[in-house]
Amino acid sequence: MSMNNQGRPSAIPAGAASFDGVTGTVTGNRGLQIEEPLIFEQDSAGRTGVDLPDVPQVASRLGAVKPRAKVGLPGLAEPQVVRHYTRLSQKNYAIDSGFYPLGSCTMKHNPRLNEKMARLPGFSDVHPMQPVSTVQGALELMDQLAYWLKTLTGMAAVTLAPAAGAHGEMCGIMAIRSAHEAKGDTGRTKILVPESAHGTNPATAAACGYSVDAIPATADGRVDLEALKAKLGPDVAGLMLTNPNTCGLFERDIIEIADAVHAAGGYFYCDGANFNAIVGRVRPADLGVDVMHINLHKTFSTPHGGGGPGSGPVVFAESLAPYIPVPYVTHGKGGFALVENAGEGPAFGRMKAFHGQMGMFVRALSYMLSHGADGLWQASGDAVLNANYVMARLEDVLTASFEGPCMHECLFDDRFLKGTGVTTLDMAKALIDEGFHPMTMYFPLVVHGALLIEPTETESKASLDQFVDALRALAERAKSGDVAYFQAAPRLTPRRRLDETAAARKPVLRWTPPVPAEALAAE
Amino acid sequence: MRYLPLTEADRQSMLEAIRATSVEDLFRDVPKAARLAGPIGGLPNHMGELEVERLLGSLAAKNIPAGSVPSFLGAGAYRHHVPATVDHLIQRGEFLTAYTPYQPEVSQGTLQVLFEFQTQVALLTGMDVANASMYDGATSCAEAVMMANRVTRRKKAILSGGLHPHYRDVTTTDARFIGFEAVALPAAPTGGEDLLALVDDKTACVVVQNPDVFGHVRDYTDLAAACQAKGALLIVVVTEALSLGLLTPPGDMGADIVAAEGQSFGNALNFGGPYVGLFAVKDKYVRQMPGRLCGETVDADGRRGFVLTLSTREQHIRREKATSNICTNSGLCALAFSIHVSLLGEAGITQLAQLNHAKAVQMADKLAAVPGVELLNDGFFNEFTVKLPKPAAAVVEELAKRRILGGVPVSRLYPGEMEDLLLVAVTETNTDADMDAFAAALSEVLA
Repeated sequence: MSMNNQGRPSAIPAGAASFDGVTGTVTGNRGLQIEEPLIFEQDSAGRTGVDLPDVPQVASRLGAVKPRAKVGLPGLAEPQVVRHYTRLSQKNYAIDSGFYPLGSCTMKHNPRLNEKMARLPGFSDVHPMQPVSTVQGALELMDQLAYWLKTLTGMAAVTLAPAAGAHGEMCGIMAIRSAHEAKGDTGRTKILVPESAHGTNPATAAACGYSVDAIPATADGRVDLEALKAKLGPDVAGLMLTNPNTCGLFERDIIEIADAVHAAGGYFYCDGANFNAIVGRVRPADLGVDVMHINLHKTFSTPHGGGGPGSGPVVFAESLAPYIPVPYVTHGKGGFALVENAGEGPAFGRMKAFHGQMGMFVRALSYMLSHGADGLWQASGDAVLNANYVMARLEDVLTASFEGPCMHECLFDDRFLKGTGVTTLDMAKALIDEGFHPMTMYFPLVVHGALLIEPTETESKASLDQFVDALRALAERAKSGDVAYFQAAPRLTPRRRLDETAAARKPVLRWTPPVPAEALAAE
Repeated sequence: MRYLPLTEADRQSMLEAIRATSVEDLFRDVPKAARLAGPIGGLPNHMGELEVERLLGSLAAKNIPAGSVPSFLGAGAYRHHVPATVDHLIQRGEFLTAYTPYQPEVSQGTLQVLFEFQTQVALLTGMDVANASMYDGATSCAEAVMMANRVTRRKKAILSGGLHPHYRDVTTTDARFIGFEAVALPAAPTGGEDLLALVDDKTACVVVQNPDVFGHVRDYTDLAAACQAKGALLIVVVTEALSLGLLTPPGDMGADIVAAEGQSFGNALNFGGPYVGLFAVKDKYVRQMPGRLCGETVDADGRRGFVLTLSTREQHIRREKATSNICTNSGLCALAFSIHVSLLGEAGITQLAQLNHAKAVQMADKLAAVPGVELLNDGFFNEFTVKLPKPAAAVVEELAKRRILGGVPVSRLYPGEMEDLLLVAVTETNTDADMDAFAAALSEVLA
C-alpha cells in the first residue's frame, strides 16, 4: 500500500482517474486538478447567492402577459459560486500562465492598467443614451483613439462602431459597395480574395452580397500578381488582402497590387488582423490601402477573454470616408457631438446598437499611451525579431514553408514529419504536455499540415528558447519513431483527447434536467 | 517600455542567430518608399503608469457616471447592481487572458462555462438551444433575420414598430446588402399594429420585441401560431433580459428564434459596449444557427468533457457558404452573465425581476401624478413611456442640469418624431429617494 492511499479506501473506485501508473483517487481529483460538476448538478432549491431587498407590495401591471411559473435555474450560495468558477478557471491555459504562440491570433501580454482604466466609473458606468453634455469625456476619448488610429494608418477617417474584426470587414465591404452604388457602378458583383485568406474574408464578402473569386499563391507564399491582374475587370468590386499575409510574409508587390486594383476601378480592402507586425513602422495609406479594419484586441492588447469581446474599428481613405456608418463623434459647438442617425448624411447605415466597444477603446488607448510612438516602433520590431529568431532556431529540424525574413509569425509545414506516422495535431497535443499552448495548426490552408507560430513582442528570449528546445526535442522524438507517445498525448491535462466527431454527430448543446424516477416508472 | 522583455543584449544575440544585421533588415520586404525611418510622427512617446492614469482619469472625470446621480435610462441598456463576485471572477487571468477554446484539453474551463451559459439562456428564453453568444442584441436580431431567410428560403422580413430602432437599423443595413427585403413598420408608441395582415407567402419572418421599445409587454402566442400557419418564423427580441425572470418566456409563446441583449446580467453599461447578444432557437434549426456552439462529448478515458462543435457551419471551414462571418463570441461578457445568473439562482432571479417591476409600478404612479404627465402603458416590466406637455429632449437637459438622468427622449431614437414622449426605466438600483427626487424635479421643470 503506497503512502498515497493513506486514509483512503484501498479499492480504486470504478471510473476513478489513473494515469502514468499513479493510482486513482477516490474523488477523481488529482491534486490541484479538481473535478467540477455542472452548476446545474449542485442545485439546492431556495438557496441564492445574493441578498435583495423585499419587493414592495404593489399590484403588478403586466397587461395580458402571465408571470412565468419557473425558470429552472439552480440555487447556490456565494461561496459555492466562487469555488465553481475558480475551479473552472484553473482548467484553462491563458497568456498569464504561459507562452501562447497561436499564429494569427496575437496572444500578447494584457496589461492590468488597461483593466483598471476601463473600470473607472466615468467610463464603465456611463449609459449610451445619457445627454451628450454628460458624456463629453467619453466622446473625447473616442476622438483621441480615432486620432491615434488615423495617425498610425495615415488614413482620412475612422469608424469605431464594429464589434470585432469580422464585423469590421463587413463594415469595410459595405462601404465599398455603397461607394460603387453611389457612382451608379452596379455591375461589380465580385470580390477577389487570396486562397490563403482567413475564412472570414470570403464569408464577409458573401454576407455583403458579393461572389468570391480566389487568387492563387505563388511558390514564395505571396499573391500571384499576374493571376490577380488576369481576374481584374469591370465586374470586380475590390480585393481583400491580408498584409502581412497569413503565411507571415509581407506582400512585396503590394503597391503594384493596389495600383492594379485601382486602375480596374476596384477598391483595396486590407485585412488588418496582422497590423501588429508593422504598427508604427509602415502606414497602410502609403501602401495604397483604401479601407482596413484593426483588431484592437490583437494589435492594442485588449484581452481575448476566452473568445471575445473584440473590437474592430475601420479606417478609410478619402474616397470611402463619406460612407462610414453611424454613430460617430464630431466636434460640435461647445464640445463633442454624436451623429447617431443615418439620415443625417451619406452613412450607409448602422452596425451595432450603440457606439461601439467603449470598454475596449479605453484599454486600447491606455496601451497606446503606455507605449507611445517610440514604444510601438520597438514593439513591432521585437515582434518581428522574435518570430525570425524562432524560425532561425527551428529551421534545421522543422521545414519552414517559405524563405526569407518572416514578419511577426513563422510558418512551418509537416514535411519534417513525413514517414513518421506523427501528425501536426499529434505534435500540438504533445506540446501541451510540455506546458505550452500549441501554435495554430492546419492554417493557412496553402501549405500542408501547417504550424503557424506567433511569439509576439512580449515574450522573453528565455521563454522562446524553452519553447524551441521542447519543439526540437519533440521533432527528434517523432523522427525516432515513437508514434505511440504522440498518439497518447496529451496525458497530463484535465481531459485527454476529446472526441470531437461524436460531439458533432449527435450534438448535446445543453444540460437537461434528469427525468424523475416516478416519471420513468410510469412510462 | 515595461511590456517588452528583450534587452539590447538579447536583441544582438538573436540577430546573430538569424544572421541579420539589424531589426530594420528584417523589414526589407516592405517597399522602401513606405518604410518609416524612425518612430512615427505626430504621437507622444511612452508614458509611465502614473501618467496614463492621470490622463485617462481626467477624461473619465468629464463624464457623469449614471450611478452617481438618480438615473432612469433604459432603451436597450440597463443599470443593474452587479455583485462584486462577478467582476472579481472574470478578472482571473485564466479567464481574462485565454483565447477561443480551440484546444479543448487545456480549455475545459471556458468550454464548461459556455455549455452552462447555453443552458442558462435556453432556460431563460424557454427555447431548446442557445449559442455561445453574439456581439450584442442588435447584431443578434440581424443574424436571426438572415437565418430565417436561410430556413424558409423566403426574402422578406416584417419588423414591428415596437422594435428598438437601432435594432431595426442594424437589421435593415444587413438585409439591404444581400437583397433581402426588410419591411419596418412605423413606430407604434401605443401598439395596435396588424402584423399578421402583412404576412404573405414571401415572408420569412416577423420580428417583435417584448417588452417593446416603448415598454409594452404582450402575449405573442396567437401571432406565433398564425405565423407558423403561413410558413413564417416568429423572432422575438428581448432587450431587457431580466424581464425573462418574470414574464412568460418567448419559447412558451411559440417563438422560433429569440434574439436578446444580455447586458443586464453581469455587465456594466460601458457607454454602449461591450455587451452580450443572446441567440436561442428551436432544436430543428440548430444547424442553421450563426455563431459558436459548445457541445458535450467524452475524452479518451471516457470522461465527460466539452468541445466547440458543429463548426462545419462556420466560416473557417465553409468560407463563403458559412451561416455567418462571425468567428468569435462575447466570451468574457457571457461569463459575466453566467456568473451573475448563477449567483441569483431561481429564487434570486424571480425576486430581482419582481423588484424591478414593483419599483417601476411605483415610479409610473409617481410620474403620472405630476400635472400634465400621461402614462402610455397598460402593461410593462421595468420601463414605460410617458407623454409630457413639453419636448422631452429639453426636459431631459433641464433634469441633467439638476443632476438627474431622467430617461431617454423618444425623439433621440426617432429624430423629429414623438418629441413629447419620454422613456423611463427603473431598476433595483433606484432608491425611493431617487424616485421622489425625479418626480419632484419633473414637476418643477414642467411647471
